[in-house]
Amino acid sequence: MSNKTSKKATLNMRQYGMMIMLIVVYVFFAILTGGKNLTPMNINNLIMQNGYVVILAVGMLLCVLTGNVDLGVGSVVATCGAVAGTLIVDFGVSTPLAMLAALAVGAAFGVFVGFFVSELEIPPFIVTLATMLMGRGLCYVILKAQTKGPLPASYNWIGTGFLPTIPVGGVDLICLIVAAVISVLIVLGEMKAVATAKKHGLPVAPVWQLILKDAVIIGIVWFFFWKLANYNGIPVVLVLMAILVGIYHFITTNTVAGRQVYAMGGNAKAARLSGINTKRVFFWVYANMGLLAAVAGIVLSARNQSATPKAGDSFEMDAIASCYIGGAATSGGVGTIIGAVVGAFIMGILNNGMSLAGYDTNIQKIVKGMVLLGAVTVDLVSKRKKG
Amino acid sequence: MSEYILEMNHIVKEFSGFRALDDVNLKVKKGEIMAICGENGAGKSTLMNVLSGTYPYGSYSGDIVYNGEVCKFRNLRDSEAKGIVIIHQELALSPYLSIAENVFLGNERKKVNGVIDWTETRKQAQELLKRVGMENENVNVPVNTLGVGKQQLIEIAKALGKKCDLLILDEPTAALNDRESAQLLELMLQLKAQGITCIIISHKLNEISYVADAITIIRDGKSIETLEKGKDDFSEERIIKGMVGRELTNRYPKREDCPIGDVIFEVRNWNVFHPDDANRQMLKDINLQVRAGEVVGLAGLMGAGRTELAMSLFGRSYGQKITGDIFIKGEQVDLKDVRTAIKHRMAYVSEDRKTYGLVLIDSIKFNMTLSALREFFSKRGVVDHNLEKVRSEEYRTKINVKTNTIDQTVGSLSGGNQQKVVLAKWMLTEPDVLILDEPTRGIDVGAKYEIYCVINELAKAGKAVIVISSEMPEIIGTCDRTYVINEGEIAGELKGDEITQEAIMGCIMAHNRKEEVEA
Repeated sequence: MSNKTSKKATLNMRQYGMMIMLIVVYVFFAILTGGKNLTPMNINNLIMQNGYVVILAVGMLLCVLTGNVDLGVGSVVATCGAVAGTLIVDFGVSTPLAMLAALAVGAAFGVFVGFFVSELEIPPFIVTLATMLMGRGLCYVILKAQTKGPLPASYNWIGTGFLPTIPVGGVDLICLIVAAVISVLIVLGEMKAVATAKKHGLPVAPVWQLILKDAVIIGIVWFFFWKLANYNGIPVVLVLMAILVGIYHFITTNTVAGRQVYAMGGNAKAARLSGINTKRVFFWVYANMGLLAAVAGIVLSARNQSATPKAGDSFEMDAIASCYIGGAATSGGVGTIIGAVVGAFIMGILNNGMSLAGYDTNIQKIVKGMVLLGAVTVDLVSKRKKG
Repeated sequence: MSEYILEMNHIVKEFSGFRALDDVNLKVKKGEIMAICGENGAGKSTLMNVLSGTYPYGSYSGDIVYNGEVCKFRNLRDSEAKGIVIIHQELALSPYLSIAENVFLGNERKKVNGVIDWTETRKQAQELLKRVGMENENVNVPVNTLGVGKQQLIEIAKALGKKCDLLILDEPTAALNDRESAQLLELMLQLKAQGITCIIISHKLNEISYVADAITIIRDGKSIETLEKGKDDFSEERIIKGMVGRELTNRYPKREDCPIGDVIFEVRNWNVFHPDDANRQMLKDINLQVRAGEVVGLAGLMGAGRTELAMSLFGRSYGQKITGDIFIKGEQVDLKDVRTAIKHRMAYVSEDRKTYGLVLIDSIKFNMTLSALREFFSKRGVVDHNLEKVRSEEYRTKINVKTNTIDQTVGSLSGGNQQKVVLAKWMLTEPDVLILDEPTRGIDVGAKYEIYCVINELAKAGKAVIVISSEMPEIIGTCDRTYVINEGEIAGELKGDEITQEAIMGCIMAHNRKEEVEA
């Protein structure tokens, strides 16, 4: 026996800290509300209410990785919704065309910010503060300060619709099939990871720990999809979210482009002298944020079945907070897409749980602020001790 | 009272199981200059941090006896109250504040009501500047308008503004050129004449031999020996022997069977202007050639324009209104940005690895593959993680980065190991032409030797290597040929045995005279 195969490592719990926090917060509110947040309908609501924040957090993470933020996304969300709503209601434009127009407006905002940030080297804080004001104003002008609606069912489908279902005894079979597929993928993925690690003589965590970890994750997946199966099936928003999260997770972890964002956030000067066109990276990060803000804008207006001038108010703050709660660093270069998504759901569960428990939105804001501060403080202080 | 101002006895300091200091003893006589020598990571800075109270009493074991009194410093303030002042390698000046404000930073001259007394501040600052030989400086200018050498002197003036009996200087001349260094050493001797005791940490052994009265050598966290002037041999060879624990007969490894081939890198009529001032010409009509397998030096004083030359060649990373031609392997190329330069097989290892070379928060692997990622480690933009692991592991062993895993963050490595990571990063781009800018700055003798070996390997592999160095022995020891740069122009070219310190300085002097005549 070579020494290499006997190498052992224990799972790094810090890595799962945010996930555990998510579960703890959820269980806490389950107890506080007497199980109200466990109902199939509420699980469904959680997804539909937080879909747009998750989408924004994904784009925002890239901005945060460069060491900056985008303050304008809330306004872009509203403006894109307003454009789509006005085109449909006032001009009778078809749903796909209206959505495309909204995406184009979002992308235009993104390119606008990207140009100022990269070519003219204006600090993103200033540029996006400007788009925040300009976007909000523009939205009021487009909507003439009124709510535009109702929007047609074909449009609302993306925010409120469900995938086709195969009901078997009141339970949707599709949900269960998806849960089964995910479970199998998790197990196969883990086995492959262990095999690769062993092949390269890298340390592997004890088997019982891996089994426990996967069992917990699979348990959560089944719990989640079982609830959805007992409601209306898989929401379209969930599919959209999963695809976007998957794409951006892949980009940040497996592509040259993703690596360049991390390198630039970690040390822009070194990145430049390593052959990375930091201006171009900067440009695309902000252009991309505009596009994702448009997606969020469509989802939000579809869910509200109307476009309102106040839509998306302070969404930028929710997205930024999600990134930081999810472990991103304010100085840039550190953070993950999964972390940001978990951060978004922690915020979502807090909102949802407190609403169910009967606390008003003002109290919710106080608690959200404290959670943000607490999460980042714990993260930084524990890192400092370790380092 | 004893003749010693400071005695540190049996100091032991551990960091989570690792013994950084293991029974260190240091005795400093009143009014002498004590030098502390040792390789990087030997524990010199840790020892000084124990002394200054940065590591408070209780976090180490052993005694500090200062002026015959056992001291238990809880923090920097405690030690400063006793007259111990430490000046770190990284200067602690606030760039936009004036000289006078910096000199009394944290030690403000105040009126009785607590308001800052500006007249007194400026007057006293002027007096302190006089003591460090800067009497002609205006105390109202912001310090960022001054060069590093002068900033270093201001740090000393700041120290003198406090009660200062024991002055500790950590690598004070690392960033200074020869003239500034000489000035600083003279100042140390003057302070000694005024009765101030000094402890100096430095890698520049010639300076230590010149200025120190005693040398304490630390190796692997242990104090090995103390050499005294007049009693012991103070030669560089002797000090190095103590530091590395063996005779290092040749500091520069010989380059054998390394045939020199054709010219593969050529620059013609290269002119560059200052990035912020279009009328200020920084480089004038530079012509140079480098052959395959040849190591060519760019010698000169700091500020001569060598880094500016290297960076302007490397994808126009410096300057504006750049004109001139570059030929790589006989073919004229337009290196319009860094990517293009890398594509044409050119590499530039910066003099400032922390700012321009590395992403300190990321891993060894991340840094090693950063420049070559798109070309060698990815297919259609998707990174091949396995290849990345294999290749960076290969280079970790090849150039001996002292660490257990390629996943370690580079910020936690010592300077020598960081430099090796930067070298590996550029070797992985498979360059034909490498420019190494101060490749051994601030790293210890052992790691320097390893880096010279890497340079030899590169030459043997038929690369054109350009070495920029302010340490003339390094140019003499590593280069086949050298250009001497002065005031943005090539002042001379020396080959083989012609390369001596005298000849290099001679070129610079002659060029300065010529400039004066023309002006």
